[in-house]
Amino acid sequence: MKYFIIVVIFLSTFILFYKGLKNDPKVVPSNLISKDVPNFSLKDFHGKTFTDQDLLYKDIKIVNFFASWCPPCKIEHKHLVNLSKNYDIYGIVKKDELENIKSWFKEKGNPYKKIGFDNDGLTSIEWGVYGLPETFIINKSGQIIYRHVGPITENNINKILNIIDSSL
Amino acid sequence: MRVLFIILTIFIKSSLALSVEPDEILSDINLEKRAKIIGEQLRCLVCQNEDIQNSNADVAKDLRKLVRKLLNEGKTNKDIITYVHQRYGDFVLFSPPVRLDTIALWLTPLLFIFILFFIFFRKR
Repeated sequence: MKYFIIVVIFLSTFILFYKGLKNDPKVVPSNLISKDVPNFSLKDFHGKTFTDQDLLYKDIKIVNFFASWCPPCKIEHKHLVNLSKNYDIYGIVKKDELENIKSWFKEKGNPYKKIGFDNDGLTSIEWGVYGLPETFIINKSGQIIYRHVGPITENNINKILNIIDSSL
Repeated sequence: MRVLFIILTIFIKSSLALSVEPDEILSDINLEKRAKIIGEQLRCLVCQNEDIQNSNADVAKDLRKLVRKLLNEGKTNKDIITYVHQRYGDFVLFSPPVRLDTIALWLTPLLFIFILFFIFFRKR
């Protein structure tokens, strides 16, 4: 009996560790899933304000954290441009200059409905962002339902679209 | 030997002084001491095994600034750690809270000690 208990304990620990090995240590799970969009207030592209109140209307919204100095952000840009044909995308620019963003959009297009400039990085902290790019999906009730870490690519765009579809 | 000691001291001191930049340091010594204590309890999310106090990552720098901003607003150490924990989850804490879903983390080592004790001592 005692050997049986020991074997059960070792096996369950082994399974627990084996499952843990499959997790990607670079992806930190978001603590904001199923929670309301955090409070924030930022200056937008035109010197007006962009706040959490802008995200409270009854539709699916995508919030993307990016910067022109971030190479992976440039990789995902074409997918954001495509997504913007069907969904409202909002951008939060981390520590970047207006001129850099303007010249980038001139070249590659602007997929964002509204943009806010997070110059001190504090709004990014409010959202639990730890790297760029990061993309959040907000449901009709204004709750965060998914957070994607890293660039949107051909390999993961379908997952994002499925999540959007399932919450429509 | 003395030369080696001096070189080692300089190396250790300089590596410790790398992360927190002069413009981040608070003029109030007590608040700065508290910022250091809090910073050492929060894990850098990019470098993972470093605390934010000793990390050069951008997010660690922003978190250090946030800690100092909240200290200036009169928040307690516990308030600040809770604030960061709410946004980044258990991962940001070096010692995760004891909850039903984390209890295995805390009990497994004790269980192994108990099993080893049982195997090696009880039979004799």
